[in-house]
Amino acid sequence: MLGKTSPITVEPVETLRRRWRLGEKLIESWIFLAGILTIVILLGIIALLLKEGLPAFWYTPPWEFLFGTKWYPVSEPPTFGITSFFVATLWVTLVATAISVPIGVACAAYLAEVAPAKVRETVKPIIEILAGIPSVVMGFIGLMLLSPLVQSVFDLNTGLSGLTAGIMLSLMSLPIIISVSEDALRAVPDDFREASYALGATKWETIRHVCIPGAISGITAAVMLGVGRAIGETMTVLMVAGGALAVPVSPTDPMMPVTAAIASGIGNAVRGGLQYQALFAIGLILFILTLAVNLTADRVLERQKRKFAR
Amino acid sequence: MRRRLFIVLPVVVVVALIVIIIALGGRGGSSIKIIGSNTVTPLSSVWAEEFMKTHPDVSIAVSGPGSGVGIAALINDTTDICQASRKIKQTEIDQAEANGVEPYEIQVATDALSVVVHPSNPVSELTVVQLSCIYTGEITNWQEVGGNDTPIVAISRDTNSGTHVFFKEHVVQMQGLPTEDKSLEYGGDVLMLPSTEEGVSQVAGNPNAIFYPGLGYVTEEVKPLAIKQIVDSIGVLPSVQTALDGTYPIARPLLFYTDGEPTEVIKDFIDYCLSSEGQEKVIEVGYVPLE
Repeated sequence: MLGKTSPITVEPVETLRRRWRLGEKLIESWIFLAGILTIVILLGIIALLLKEGLPAFWYTPPWEFLFGTKWYPVSEPPTFGITSFFVATLWVTLVATAISVPIGVACAAYLAEVAPAKVRETVKPIIEILAGIPSVVMGFIGLMLLSPLVQSVFDLNTGLSGLTAGIMLSLMSLPIIISVSEDALRAVPDDFREASYALGATKWETIRHVCIPGAISGITAAVMLGVGRAIGETMTVLMVAGGALAVPVSPTDPMMPVTAAIASGIGNAVRGGLQYQALFAIGLILFILTLAVNLTADRVLERQKRKFAR
Repeated sequence: MRRRLFIVLPVVVVVALIVIIIALGGRGGSSIKIIGSNTVTPLSSVWAEEFMKTHPDVSIAVSGPGSGVGIAALINDTTDICQASRKIKQTEIDQAEANGVEPYEIQVATDALSVVVHPSNPVSELTVVQLSCIYTGEITNWQEVGGNDTPIVAISRDTNSGTHVFFKEHVVQMQGLPTEDKSLEYGGDVLMLPSTEEGVSQVAGNPNAIFYPGLGYVTEEVKPLAIKQIVDSIGVLPSVQTALDGTYPIARPLLFYTDGEPTEVIKDFIDYCLSSEGQEKVIEVGYVPLE
């Protein structure tokens, strides 16, 4: 606002210009610092993960570390094998994706293609509120409401299972999937829809055969962002997944996903000790995994943008 | 000129802040270092916090890598207080004395682990061997220990907890019993939960569950089991009384070791721990006080 000189100003132009320059430089330098800070922090995190995590592979060879099924960090001597954690993460993420993708994409299609503007303007903020619910609250809801329900519906020994965690995670990734898919659907040019209607297609046929295929790369990106959220979520899975160390063979088993394993071990780990290094090594692998998912999502989203850029 | 100022200014602010923080942190006063048992850590942390409130010039650092590390630090004279959940061994005392360190033992609290089940569970007592089989996954049905024909849901704390290790050594591996087997580990189906409260609430809501909270965590909603050391002994229910007189099998003293009798600020701190005020904190944290 400082830069706009209205014609009725009484101050000399020179003073205004100097003040403008002052403000601009100040803001510029702060933005510069902020930008540098993010990069420094990111590099710092990577360096820390490498420094603390890599030595774990001297004690346990990477092959055994990744494919071992025994995790006894406090035994003498300790054993570190993380297969069951990754299988658990896989199950939980699968359940979360299987639930959130159909609902999320359908909801996005409704909001983008069917709903009147008024409905969309009411529903979208509500969905964004869902995204803002803290994960510990989701964990609590899962513990108190969902896990007894899952236990009785599926006739399980305990309601703390990968399934319960997956359902809670699907609720947490829904907002991301809906809002990114909706943007993607709305980016499909109206010419496509009009052409489809002109050929005699119904609304459903248009959505099914024109809009969704047109926005498929954006929807894929939405799904991947949702998956990334599900993989990285910690508190909820720590609370409701059950934490059993065996390799889970079904989603209804209690299990310990990767993030929960890190969270439940780090408090006890001696700084620089074997368990500490092993946990950092898990963190390193998890970081690479979510980074890969997010980067792919970014690439796909970029392709979608280019497709309709005219 | 001005451009340079705007880059320099934030840097100056940051440097000034760092200098202030270092200056404040470097103030004088005495410090106490406590290292050792992970189980005792929550208790000594609470004591340290309370003590530092009334003695602002004292700083206490508590760390809990394990009793063994604590005792090693005592032997090497690199700690003021060693906290331990087991007694020091004779070989360790010899090593310490060779280094000119005289281990001085002070019991600060007692720890009793209750084994709890759902109130509707007909099982009312278990032997240590049966508990071991339940937690290794060898026994998976309540029928095998005299209960209903339902599966057992064994719940444990995660490895963050010192209790996890204590229970593993003394119950799963049956330390001190003729059947002791150091190779036994928790079975893969045991649920590792992040908090004792969650374990208790799971037992309260699940007729098939079993869990081992500290005495302080037992509520009305769960049923503590009587524990038998061996098949022929009498089942003992956990209580402050049975933990104190030594009849409850899964109880142990929580100890502080110092080099010689404690003096000065270390004595003040330990006196506070043993005071009625300090012993009240013991109950709050979930352990058994001395009296």
